[in-house]
Amino acid sequence: MKDIILKAENISKQYRLGLVGTGTLIHDLNRWWHTIRGKEDPYLKIGEANDRTVKGESDYVWALQDINFEIAKGEVVGIIGKNGAGKSTLLKILSRVTSPTTGSVKFGGRVASLLEVGTGFNGEMTGRENIFLNGAILGMTKKEIASKLDEIIEFSGCERYIDTPVKRYSSGMYVRLAFAVAAFLEPEILIVDEVLAVGDAEFQKKAIGKMQDISKGEGRTVLFVSHNMAAVKSLCTRGIVLEHGKVIFEGGIDEAISEYLNRGCKLNSGKSYNDEDAPASEIVKLLETESIDCKFKNRSDYFINEKVGIKIKFEILIETDDLALGINLYNSEDIHILSSHQKNEKINYTIGIYETIVWFPNNFLAEGYHFCGIAAMSYKGGFRVHFHDIHKFSFNIIDDYAENTTRRNDYKAKIPGVIRPILKWDNISFL
Amino acid sequence: MMRQRDINDKDWLFEITPKNKFFSLNFKEVWQYRDLLFLFVKRDVVTVYKQTVLGPLWYLIQPLFTSVTFTIVFNNLAGISTGAVPPFLFNLASITVWNYFASCLTGTSNTFAANAGIFGKVYFPRIIAPLTTVISNLVRFGIQLVIFFAFFLYFYFKGALITFNEYTIWLPFVIAVMGVLGLGLGMIISSMVTKYRDLNYLIGFGMQLLMYVSGVFYPMSLIHSKMPHYAWIIQYNPVAYIIETARYMLLGIGEFPVGGMLYTLILTFCIFIIGVLLFNRTEKSFIDTV
Repeated sequence: MKDIILKAENISKQYRLGLVGTGTLIHDLNRWWHTIRGKEDPYLKIGEANDRTVKGESDYVWALQDINFEIAKGEVVGIIGKNGAGKSTLLKILSRVTSPTTGSVKFGGRVASLLEVGTGFNGEMTGRENIFLNGAILGMTKKEIASKLDEIIEFSGCERYIDTPVKRYSSGMYVRLAFAVAAFLEPEILIVDEVLAVGDAEFQKKAIGKMQDISKGEGRTVLFVSHNMAAVKSLCTRGIVLEHGKVIFEGGIDEAISEYLNRGCKLNSGKSYNDEDAPASEIVKLLETESIDCKFKNRSDYFINEKVGIKIKFEILIETDDLALGINLYNSEDIHILSSHQKNEKINYTIGIYETIVWFPNNFLAEGYHFCGIAAMSYKGGFRVHFHDIHKFSFNIIDDYAENTTRRNDYKAKIPGVIRPILKWDNISFL
Repeated sequence: MMRQRDINDKDWLFEITPKNKFFSLNFKEVWQYRDLLFLFVKRDVVTVYKQTVLGPLWYLIQPLFTSVTFTIVFNNLAGISTGAVPPFLFNLASITVWNYFASCLTGTSNTFAANAGIFGKVYFPRIIAPLTTVISNLVRFGIQLVIFFAFFLYFYFKGALITFNEYTIWLPFVIAVMGVLGLGLGMIISSMVTKYRDLNYLIGFGMQLLMYVSGVFYPMSLIHSKMPHYAWIIQYNPVAYIIETARYMLLGIGEFPVGGMLYTLILTFCIFIIGVLLFNRTEKSFIDTV
């Protein structure tokens, strides 16, 4: 039998949008009037799902809706989702910073939350004083902190500055000290927001290592929110995916991550336009874009050793010989990988519909999602962009360890870098 | 079946629910966080005058200068009589006591706004924050009281007719009542100010007005003799009774308003309960509105 240590039942959270003003008072009075007559809160009925991109009808939104999950003792659970999916709201509720609108959460152990490192640090006080203050804020007693003080100072690597006011610290040192305090917390349940994304590479490694010790070695239950999929993958055993305030997936961490990436990227491998919404100028209009394989077939996934073509279908409205197409490529972290334009050779376009394909060579792009921006421009009489249609479709490059097409040899973890070309390695032997 | 029940009946350590119990002041939890309270107080006391030349002397300069000003304006210029007590000492006693009340009230009424950063990131019993204000102000009050005693001795040896009496040992009790009153009122205001900032503006001049009707620079008897029609304003004001009582204990002048203090005690208790009640309601969701 699993030993459930945290149980969330039907938690929902409603927020009121817009400004607080006279209207608030009227709503409050109305709510109060309903309550004293023993009726239900009139505003709980009218919330909408929380999608920030869509203009809503109501002033009330549900940041979270009917969240249910159980977490067993010793589990390390990653909560993932896009910005605004409700991750932070959920963490705030679990760490008792705010209360849910409906539902309940039951805890079977002490909870410490780390939504930020260095909460309550006071610039005027020394490092040592701040260790005590911050530790106490996070729920440690003075005795506990005193017994771990040496370890904390050593872990932070700020020994030399420990009796200097922290306002004189570099931002890196500040974060190190703050994380060091948190790392020595000993609650049964630890709730961690994206706090690892701080400090230099060396410290991040140290922090993730410490997190692994906490969860694996010491058998603590950890809830972890991050956008860093590599960290989530290496730390967590289970994943919960949130979208628009609802749990859309709960299960093994690998499945959760791929579910999130698929959802998160709105995987359209192509996009076609109708007359009204097409990006266009008076000269040229974009009709359709899609990614294709070497057999000109539209697909969404490509092996790393396949070439990928981007087919652009467009209409010329006025005869011209001054038009070039361009492409911008971004990865899933929105890093601009490259920008490429048609060569400066004149093409005499007459009125009609055209198709152009631009090829990315095989063994060139890195794994992961790629987003395309398609542009058309002209140069005569000044540079001019006719349209730049960005982030409307994507394709995925895979290098699955299990496939025989893999270039990974025996390496399973994420390979860093924005591109992964095959390079020539010359062995020069000295005999 | 058995197993199912085991899960359902499991003893949870605590539960988060949308609604609070009507009144909940978890003393046990507050006690668990006593170290935090202590460290907060230390932070407040130590850091206020960091990087100032005069440092903690500022604790003394403010009441002294105010007393001098009051003495010149109200006693020398306006001619308010303080009887056998030197006006300066009278004012110093009143101001020291009033300052404690005023700083408790304004400090706690700002609790949520001032601590939004911490409250938004981590949980601890929220009442720790206003308690910190009340206690760290107590430290300041203590220092100011020492100065008062120094002047007391000075005037005493100069032959002023001032004495301590058997009630003086009750001073800590009166101060405690004052602290609780300030805390209660402050919590009421802080709970409402999170949503309606209007109160912020009110409290600034409200404190000034309150000072004028609290008998800070005149004895309570004066208003009865000079403006009997308006005496009720003071008669319903618990702060006036506390200041009058404190002055009686410190200087041995005026009268000990037994009925008034009883009224003050009951009122303070009620205000404190209402304060905790509102504070509890607010602390759960204030972070959404602050």
